[in-house]
Amino acid sequence: MATETTLEITLEVARYRPGVDTEPTLQSYQVPLREHWAILDGLTYVKDHLDGTLSFRWSCRMGICGSCGMTVNGEPQLSCATFLTDYAPGPIRVEPLRNFPVVRDLVVDIDDFMTKLPKVTPWLVREVQSPVEDGEYLQTPEELDEYQQYSMCINCMLCYSACPVYSLEPDFLGPAAIALAQRYNLDSRDEGADERRDVLSSPEGIWACTFVGECSAVCPKGVDPAGAIQRYKLTAATESIKELLMPRSRSRR
Amino acid sequence: MSVYQRPIHLLWWLERRAYVLFVLRELSSVFVAWFVVFLLLLVNAISDGAASYQRFVDWSGQWWVVAINVIAMVFVLLHVVTWFGLAPRAMAIKVRGRRVPARQVVAAHYLAWLVLSAVVAWLVLR
Amino acid sequence: MNRRSPEPFLWMLFSSGGMVAALMVPILLFLFGIAIPLDLWSPSHDHLLAVLRNPLTRLVLFGLCALALFHWAHRFRYTLYDGLQLKRYAVPIVVLCYGGAVVGSVIAAGLLLTV
Repeated sequence: MATETTLEITLEVARYRPGVDTEPTLQSYQVPLREHWAILDGLTYVKDHLDGTLSFRWSCRMGICGSCGMTVNGEPQLSCATFLTDYAPGPIRVEPLRNFPVVRDLVVDIDDFMTKLPKVTPWLVREVQSPVEDGEYLQTPEELDEYQQYSMCINCMLCYSACPVYSLEPDFLGPAAIALAQRYNLDSRDEGADERRDVLSSPEGIWACTFVGECSAVCPKGVDPAGAIQRYKLTAATESIKELLMPRSRSRR
Repeated sequence: MSVYQRPIHLLWWLERRAYVLFVLRELSSVFVAWFVVFLLLLVNAISDGAASYQRFVDWSGQWWVVAINVIAMVFVLLHVVTWFGLAPRAMAIKVRGRRVPARQVVAAHYLAWLVLSAVVAWLVLR
Repeated sequence: MNRRSPEPFLWMLFSSGGMVAALMVPILLFLFGIAIPLDLWSPSHDHLLAVLRNPLTRLVLFGLCALALFHWAHRFRYTLYDGLQLKRYAVPIVVLCYGGAVVGSVIAAGLLLTV
């Protein structure tokens, strides 16, 4: 496709070499501007043909693994789902995800999220597991509807990158973890809501959120973490008031 | 491991339009508080008698007081629009087992707002 | 965490305040802050006093004032924490915001009871 390769676009990529650089610097690369190329394809072209030292994370290239989140022209994006042509004539600034420590170039340290996620028990909790012979736990379409959108989360952390509260308060549990807690809380098969409550309604949980709403705006999968947090605030506040009025009614689990 | 931590600017919210809008939305609360002060001054003036009330109306007719109130009005309307807009995301309202669509929740808020405003206006102006 | 945290209650006050402020402040502010000062309408003092003497009016106005002040207190607290990164002064900020709301509510109650 000789005609296509004549068109090019500039990628300004943040480079950071640990132990050498004190802060990232932008390096420009000319990459072919092809119609079906995502930012990730541009970066792969750089690594294959222009500069093998460029480091970035990716896996599935189809918006499901959540590995390739980056800051594109200041916005958190999945680099596999963001196309070069949408930014033509460029240049396109590609930086690592904000609010995470940068390990190298476009690679960030995601340990903080990985330690927070299991704290909300993001799996189905049953007090008594019914025996396999009893069959599946049945669920109506309406019950599925309650939590389905939250189950679309791919842990890409774009929401953390967009959240100013998380940047100011690194202890904040954060959008995805709380949305995933709600994904199980709202599941008719789950009985773990009480177990999750301590973590969720701690000062580092829902109460730190000020409903900026950018987590939901940047989510590539249409999850609404901001809404999940507000809904849980209402639940937690109602429960606290109930407990204050009727201190004995709380179940002793 | 030496990692790079991006510093946070003091006025970080100037970095994105959505953040600016968020801060303006939060600042609307200052004008809500101003309104309470203004309302209490009004209540005090009305209960002090006709002359006192007239003095309050004259004072509130000065250009700078009207200017503050016009600015307050803009911020309060920002509060209304953002508050009603976010309401359906904070509450999942169900009628006969079905989730009420977000648009209807928002519409119900505006309807209540119109009705209440009409009642207040009627009470004050009749 | 401690289940005695005041956050749920403060948030409840904040959100009820946000709701009543959204529903009632625009019309009241328009009438008394803009329309009446600019002489678009001039309701008589007698009429306003009569409306204000109604216990229901006073109850509603008290609820509006107190809740709207707690709404301000909560939002302004977080605006100072996040917007200006002043969380290290959390104690004085909490005292200023919620203390202000309490004092304002007491003043409102005093004024409305003595109409």
